[in-house]
Amino acid sequence: MTLATIHWVLIGIWALLAVASAIVFTISRLSGKDMSELVQRTISWWVMVAIFTVAFLVSNTISIIVFALISFLALKEYFSMIPTRRADRRVLFWAYLSIPVQYFWVYDSYYGMFAVFIPVYMFLFLPVASLLSQQTEGFLRAVGTLNWGLMLCVFSISHAAFLLILPATPDNATGGPGLLLFLIFLTQFNDVAQYTWGKLFGRHKILPGVSPNKTWEGFLGGVVTTFVLALLTAPLVTPFDLVHAAAAGLLIPVAGFVGDITVSALKRDLGVKDTGSLIPGHGGILDRIDSLTYTAPLFFHFTRYFYY
Amino acid sequence: MLQKVFYVCVRIAVLFLLGLNVRRRDLLPARGPAIIVANHNSHLDTMVLMALMPLSRLKDVKPVAAADYFFSSPWKAWLSDHVLGIIPVERGRKDKHSDPLQGCYDALDAGQVLILFPEGSRGEPETMTELKKGVSHLAERFPDAPVVPVFTHGLGKALPRGSFLLVPFFCDIFVGKPVTWTGDRSQFMNELKDRFQALASEKTFAPWE
Repeated sequence: MTLATIHWVLIGIWALLAVASAIVFTISRLSGKDMSELVQRTISWWVMVAIFTVAFLVSNTISIIVFALISFLALKEYFSMIPTRRADRRVLFWAYLSIPVQYFWVYDSYYGMFAVFIPVYMFLFLPVASLLSQQTEGFLRAVGTLNWGLMLCVFSISHAAFLLILPATPDNATGGPGLLLFLIFLTQFNDVAQYTWGKLFGRHKILPGVSPNKTWEGFLGGVVTTFVLALLTAPLVTPFDLVHAAAAGLLIPVAGFVGDITVSALKRDLGVKDTGSLIPGHGGILDRIDSLTYTAPLFFHFTRYFYY
Repeated sequence: MLQKVFYVCVRIAVLFLLGLNVRRRDLLPARGPAIIVANHNSHLDTMVLMALMPLSRLKDVKPVAAADYFFSSPWKAWLSDHVLGIIPVERGRKDKHSDPLQGCYDALDAGQVLILFPEGSRGEPETMTELKKGVSHLAERFPDAPVVPVFTHGLGKALPRGSFLLVPFFCDIFVGKPVTWTGDRSQFMNELKDRFQALASEKTFAPWE
C-alpha cells in the first residue's frame, strides 16, 4: 500500500512531464520563433526527474547522497562566482568538508546536531580558520560571504534530505519520502507555474530593481495553481488536514518566490546572468534550487512543528 | 594503456572536483600536426587539456614541458615519459649546437598534437605573463599546422603554484580560432597575444586576490 501510493505519485509526475513536453514540442514546431532554449530546458527536466526518481526508488541513503552532491555543486558554483581571497583557500576547503558532516547527521537522524552544526559550529569556526592567515583586509567580507553561502547551499538544502528520514505516521503511510516528494514537486512546479503565468499574462512588475521579469500576474498565478495542487496532493503523501494543506499550499509558492529573488539579487550584485551552466536551458544548479533554499527549511519546520 | 587508465581517473576527478565550462570545444584539433597554446596557472592545466581530448587520441597528444623540472629525477622522468607523455624542452641550454625544440619538430612531423605553455612558468596564479617566442619557431617550420589558443580560468585558484591542497572551483575554458602563419614571427606573436586577450575578456571573472 505504501509503495503503491508513492509509485502512483511518481507515475503521475512522469505523466505530467510527458504532457508538458508534448505541448512544448508542438508549440516549438508550430511557432516560427526560436524556442531551442525552452526545448533544451524540457529535456533537462527529464534528466533531473530521472535522477531524482532513481535515487528515490533505490534507497534513502542514495537520496541523501544525491542531496549532498547537490549541496556540493551549489556551493562550488557559489564560491566560483563570488570574490574570494587567496588567503582563504583553506577556509573554503573546510567549508566544503562541512557537507559530508552535515549530511552524516541527516543519515544518522541526529536532529540536535543537524540543526546547530552549521549555524553554530561552522559559524564560529570559519572566522577562526580565516584569521589564521593573519590577513585582515577583506576579513569581514570573506567571513560574511562564506557563511551565507554555507547556510544557503548546505544548511538549507539539507532540510530537504532530513524530511526523508521522518517516519511514517498513522495519517501518512508514505512517511518522509512522501513529504519530500510533496515539497520538491510543489517547489519546482511553482517555479514553472510562476514563469508560465508571467509569460502569458505578465503586466505589472513586482520588483523590477531585482528581477525585471517577475510580475504580479506570474506570482499570483503561481500561488493559486500551487495552492490548488497542494490541496489535491496533500491527502496522498502528507499527514496534513485541510487547514494545514492549505497553509503549506501558500507557504511553498510564497517562500519559493522569495528564494528565487534572493538568488536574483545575488546575481545582479555580481553582474552575472546565470549562476553557472551545469543544466542546459536552466543555467547553473543554484538557478534551479534557488526557491528550494527557502522552501526546504520553512516547510520542514512547518511539518515538524505540527506533526512530529 | 597506463596512460589511458591514468587519464580516465583524471577525467572523473576533473568532472567531480572542478567541473568545466568549455566554450567552442569543437575548435580543439583532434588530429595533428597541430599546436594547442594555453596560458599556464597550475599543474592542473595539462591534466584538464588532456582530459578534453578523446581517449583514443591521447597517445598522439604531447604536452611540452621543462626538462629540468619534469625529468629531474628517474621517478619523475619515468612518470613524465610513460604516463603524461611529455616532450622535454631544455630551458637555458648550454649546448648551442642542438635545437631545444627538436623533440617538438619530431612530434609534429609524426602528426602529433602539441600542448604548449608559452608563458614558460605557472607564475602568479590567474595572471598572464609575457609569451615566449618558441611557439613562433614551430609555426614557421610547420606553417600548415593550426595553432589553437586556449584560455583557462580558475585552475590557478583550485591548485596554485606552491600548494598541494586542491580546492574545488568551476573552471572556464575558452577555445579560440586557430592563428595562421603569415610569414613573420613577431607579427605571429602579437596576433597570438591579441587572441589571448580577446578570449580572457569574454567573461568577467570574480576577483581573487
